[in-house]
Amino acid sequence: MSLLEVAVRSASVLAAFLVLPLLVGQTEHKVMAHMQGRLGPMYAGGFHGWAQLVADGVKFVQKEDITPRAADRWVFRLAPAVALIPYLVALATIPLHPGVAAIDVPGSLVLALAATSVGALGTLMAGWASANKYALLGGLRAAAQLVSYELPIVLAAASIALAGGSLSVATLTDRWSPWWMVWQLPGAIVFIVAACAELQRPPFDMPVADAELVMGAWTEYTGLRFAFFLLAEYAGIVVMSLLVAVLWLGGWHGPFEDTLGWLWTLLKGFAVAVVIIWVRVAWPRLREDQLQRLAWVWLVPLALGQLLLTGAGVVMGW
Amino acid sequence: MTALDTAFAATGLVAVVGGVLAVTTRHVVHAALWLVVALLGVAGSLLVLGAELVALVLVLVYVGAVVVLVLFALMLTRAPIGPDLEHRAGPWRTAGSAALGAAVAVLLGSVLLPLSGSAVERAGVTSTQVAGQIFGTWVWPFELLSLLLLVALVAALAVSRIPREAAP
Repeated sequence: MSLLEVAVRSASVLAAFLVLPLLVGQTEHKVMAHMQGRLGPMYAGGFHGWAQLVADGVKFVQKEDITPRAADRWVFRLAPAVALIPYLVALATIPLHPGVAAIDVPGSLVLALAATSVGALGTLMAGWASANKYALLGGLRAAAQLVSYELPIVLAAASIALAGGSLSVATLTDRWSPWWMVWQLPGAIVFIVAACAELQRPPFDMPVADAELVMGAWTEYTGLRFAFFLLAEYAGIVVMSLLVAVLWLGGWHGPFEDTLGWLWTLLKGFAVAVVIIWVRVAWPRLREDQLQRLAWVWLVPLALGQLLLTGAGVVMGW
Repeated sequence: MTALDTAFAATGLVAVVGGVLAVTTRHVVHAALWLVVALLGVAGSLLVLGAELVALVLVLVYVGAVVVLVLFALMLTRAPIGPDLEHRAGPWRTAGSAALGAAVAVLLGSVLLPLSGSAVERAGVTSTQVAGQIFGTWVWPFELLSLLLLVALVAALAVSRIPREAAP
């Protein structure tokens, strides 16, 4: 791999990382607004407020960057980067088209999962270093939630890896068949629910519950650092949606997949992202005990059952 | 020195520096965060040596779950911002542990250094090989370990559920 190729790959991942989350964010603004009988942003940029998030970004850049005096300075300032950068790595592992992925390594599925689990540390660092009770409680809730929901995510992904007989996302997508959408369905549901919880999206947003904890771990953050946390959340939605799209929905498989494969991957990922937005609008926030119950009583047994089913299926050669 | 040598030296340095700072820092939470740096350094060394799966699982399990659990426990206790001077070990204990650490390092070094070749070599272990070893050759120790962990888990649950004497 030449230096030029490395540069092109990195630049395209960075471009996708900066554009796709904004696209999801804008979709969230508009879809949520229409589900609630509102119009959403209408002015910024002219046509249906398409530039709303660009304007938001400009606003964040202009704001003052404050580090509280009592805060642990270095950890506080480093936390947004720790939350954001792992998602960049995770995004790089996702193949868009046959043979088109920024990082194509044999263990790319494990790499993506490992990267997203590192990103979770950012929230904990922010929660502890802010020297703020709300932030600490938010960090505490985030930690409890992340420990419980890491397991179902890994188990659901392991089931797919078992079905396809590989740890490489590209190979798994290559071996995908429409039949997977039926017998891997429980795993897909577990993965989407656990991904919502991992990203601390409503209805699993106790760590940032704004009515109780102001903004949880992010309470003390301002300006660009706060924007980085938001960007990390939306980048997380992009990564998880694309993972669901390539692992469970077949990625580039579709009509004219030799030329239009990338489009199918993106469209399937986008559809999953809309479902995640929809879930946010449709359900109220869970309570802490309900959330733990859902993880341990429903998701983990369901994921284990799926793993058993997949194992049986692979051994019997279905 | 080859590029692999340089990469191995760099990741090894990250691991050692992270480990030393994790032990010597006075901030409890910083110690956990330096542990993350040390673990990432070890994972990097494993990657350089070609054990991709082991490196990634190390990050997934230790950074993603174990350190999160450690941070959770620290947040439940008093983990103050700023140096924690109450739990300072005295000079004798510091010197003793430093001597012990140096002795272990010298012992390991004297055993392992003669075994090493001149340059770092990439083994290129595939996931299939690792799986074959764990679930074929070493399946009984592996399953026994799982059983041991399960027993420990159940025992911890049982201990925490023992009804206490009514508090006065």
